[in-house]
Order: sequence, then C-alpha cells, then structure tokens
Amino acid sequence: MTRPAPEPFTDPVAATAPDPAAEPVRTHEDTPFPLVRSCPFTPPDDYAGMRERPGLTRARIPSGKRPWLVTRHEDVRAALSHPAASSDARHPAFPALGDGEQAVAAELRPFIRMDPPDHTRVRRMLVGEFTVRRVRAMRPAIEAVCAEQVEYLLGRQTPADLVADYANRVSTTVICRLLGVPLDDLEFFRRITSISGSRDSTAEEVNAALGELFGLIDRLIDDKSKDPQDDLISRLATGPLARGEITRHSLLSQIGITLNAGHETSRNMIPLAALALLEHPDQMALLREDPDLWPGAVDELLRYLSVADVITLRVATEDIPLSSGTIPAGDGYIALLGAADHDPEVFPEPERLDVRRAQRNHVAFGYGTHQCVGQNLGRLEIEIALRVLFDRVPTLRSELALADLPARSSSAIFGLDEVPVSW
Amino acid sequence: MVTPTGSTLRLTADREVCAGAGQCVRAAPDLFDQDDDGLVVVLRADVPPEASERALTAADWCPSGAVAAHRPR
Repeated sequence: MTRPAPEPFTDPVAATAPDPAAEPVRTHEDTPFPLVRSCPFTPPDDYAGMRERPGLTRARIPSGKRPWLVTRHEDVRAALSHPAASSDARHPAFPALGDGEQAVAAELRPFIRMDPPDHTRVRRMLVGEFTVRRVRAMRPAIEAVCAEQVEYLLGRQTPADLVADYANRVSTTVICRLLGVPLDDLEFFRRITSISGSRDSTAEEVNAALGELFGLIDRLIDDKSKDPQDDLISRLATGPLARGEITRHSLLSQIGITLNAGHETSRNMIPLAALALLEHPDQMALLREDPDLWPGAVDELLRYLSVADVITLRVATEDIPLSSGTIPAGDGYIALLGAADHDPEVFPEPERLDVRRAQRNHVAFGYGTHQCVGQNLGRLEIEIALRVLFDRVPTLRSELALADLPARSSSAIFGLDEVPVSW
Repeated sequence: MVTPTGSTLRLTADREVCAGAGQCVRAAPDLFDQDDDGLVVVLRADVPPEASERALTAADWCPSGAVAAHRPR
C-alpha cells in the first residue's frame, strides 16, 4: 500500500477572519490560562465567576493565543455539538495548551483532533469494541485484574503509592489486554504519557516519546497481521489496514491515542475517586450499605472530579451562538468540562459529592461526536477498581493531607503524581 | 423532563450521525441497542407511556444528536 501525500489544510474561514488588531473589545479580561485547582477535587474556583457573568471570557494561553472559555453546561454542550466546532489541530487558531501538543497533533492527527468525515471513518473502526454489551462482557476479566493488582498493592511496604502500585497497573493492564499489547513493562506507558500529555514538553520530546511507543505498535501490527489474535490491534491490522481503509501511519496514531487516553484517564481517576470517598465517609457508608449505588456513584465522581476538564479544544469555523455570547468564526475556544459539570443550574450544590444525585447528564467524557469512545469501559473499570480496593483494604487511609498531594498540574488530564496510602 | 401521562413518544435514530457512544443504551436499554459496529438500533419506536422518561433521557444524553424523541400530532 502506498502512503498518500498529506492532504493540504485549507482554512475554511481564513478569507473572512477579522484582523485581530481591528477586533472590538468584547472581553472581560485576558484571563491567564490554564488555571490551577485550589483543591484536587474541584475545578478551578474562577470558573464560577466566568459562568455567572454575561459574556464569554477570553483566555491568554502560554502560546500567546487567546481562545474563548465556555463554562455553562448548556453552552459547553452546544459548543461541542455544533457543526462548526472543529477539532483540527492544523488550524492556526487551535488552542493547544502546549506547543509540543499543537505541532505533534497537527502532524500525527489522532482522531480526537480530526473533523468529519475523516474522524467518522476512524471512530467507526473503534466504536464496536466499546459498546455497552461488549464492555459488560469484560467485567469478569477486569475483576480478575483488579483482584490481582490489589494483592500487589498489599504486598508493598506502607506507605504504598496508590497511583504506581495500583491505579496505573490496573488501567495499563486493562487497555493493553484489550489492544493486545504485551505487558512486559507497566511503567513504560506511564513514562510515555507523562511526556506526551504534558504542556511542558517540547515537540521534540513528545515526538521522541511517541516514537518509542509507535515502534512497539509497529512491530505488533507486523506480528498480528501474520498471526492474528483475539485483540483490537489484530482486528485493525487484518481489517481496515489490510483493506487499505487506513494508512499505517494513521493507524499508529490511532492505536497510540487509544492506549494513552485509555490508561491515563482511569489511572488519574481511580486514586482521586478513592480519596474523594475517603474524605466523604457518609457517602462511603451509603455505598457499603447498598452496592447498587455504585454505577451512579461512579458518574457522580466523574462529574465531581472532571479530570479531562481542558481536553476539549476547538476552533469555530462559523459563528457559534451561545447563551453567554457568540464565538466568532475563526476563533479558538475551550469548552471547560469541569465548569459545565459544576454548573448549579443543572447540578444543585455542585461542590457536594452526592452518590445518590439524580442528575447524570455530566460532560466528564465530553459531548458531541468526539465524546469519549471508551467511556463505557472507563465507567466499569473505575467502578470495579474502587469496589475491589475498598472491599479488600477496608482500612485504607491517605498518608498526606489533600493540600500536600503532588498534582500533575501540567498534564492534559488532571491527576495526582503520587498518593501515599497505608492500611 | 416530565411527560404528561398517557402521551406517547416516537423514537428516531440517525445511524449516519450516530457516534456509537452507547448513551441511549445506558439510558433506555429496553428501547435501544447497539449493533456489532457500535451504531444505534431502535428496539421500540413507539414508546410505551411508562418508558417516556427514559426515552427523553436517551435523547438528552445522546452526544451526537442522532437520537430524537418526537411527540406525534
């Protein structure tokens, strides 16, 4: 198969984009962005003010670009499902929070940074793997992984690290088994994503890290093309790749992003969710009393923590009217998932963790056609990881106060670097 | 999201638009399914009154706008 020349990027709004110097002032201020969480559980405090006042807030991000910030629940959903919402990182206004991310996403084009019809084509190669039914069938296998990894944790000296000694091992094992990646080195993927997912990484650093990952995937594609197994890489290699529906270059990117996104999100969610429940013993007691509350509790934890808050970067290819103002054609914007998930108009007393909360329409997995393809797996994995942890280690406690826990503040997905625990 | 008692809804699902997120199946497994490719399948287009709320939740949760619940005139 020959690799087609890269398609030239045509900017649909370049001809009509206003001269920035002539642009009228319609902004509250240049809010430095991203903002830092004052508590690891809740999105930045300043989101509340942005959500309440009329008009959109304009941010200034490290690249010097000035994307709009969308904060209300109805606006975030509208801004992410609007046909003019472009995810294409090749657009000059695309508001990547790190320069490395911008350059690499524009070059590698992972499907999370693509528009239809390219996005639709790639996504449809993957969605069948993550249906509600397929994921439900994975329950026993995920329970076995968590049971094994909790014994590993218990075998460590205390204080042990809930991130490295449990959550990372669970999330990496689950996604690697699904894809068919051998599990020789559980820390390998963590090291790759700590570089590829960091705003502080340069394009060279990100490329080097992803190059290592792609080398591994490339060899697996070769092996599995010849000797297919019951896994996702085998199915992609013998299906869409063999039929010429995707280039090898693109397939490497798509498998890479599935691996990275699939392990980083749950790895970050599991320790934060465990800590949140430890901090709310009343909520934990409800779950111990009635385990049927667990699925709802997981959705509430997803809402409450909203770890993927700043992943939803977009460019408006036409004016996008919202309740708080209009995003002008050609401008970048960030639909803040954590701000939407703490909108009191939809979630009364949003700062309260309530495992029995009736409202489940959070956007922790995003919204629109890019909504997380692995969300059904994510929900189940988080639920089982937490249940197994608290069943097997009922005396689990954090060794550090919340304020002292080291946060991954430069990461695209919020998380804690280390969570020392004892039992 | 309250529906008047006795009213019936009719469901439509656009498989061209569907993103395969499975939200409709989570909201109303009695009304929706996903095929092997992950795309939406309507199991029951005419919604029995007792399932109205689930049907509306499915339409609200659907991220792509593929699922709609209409009130026939």
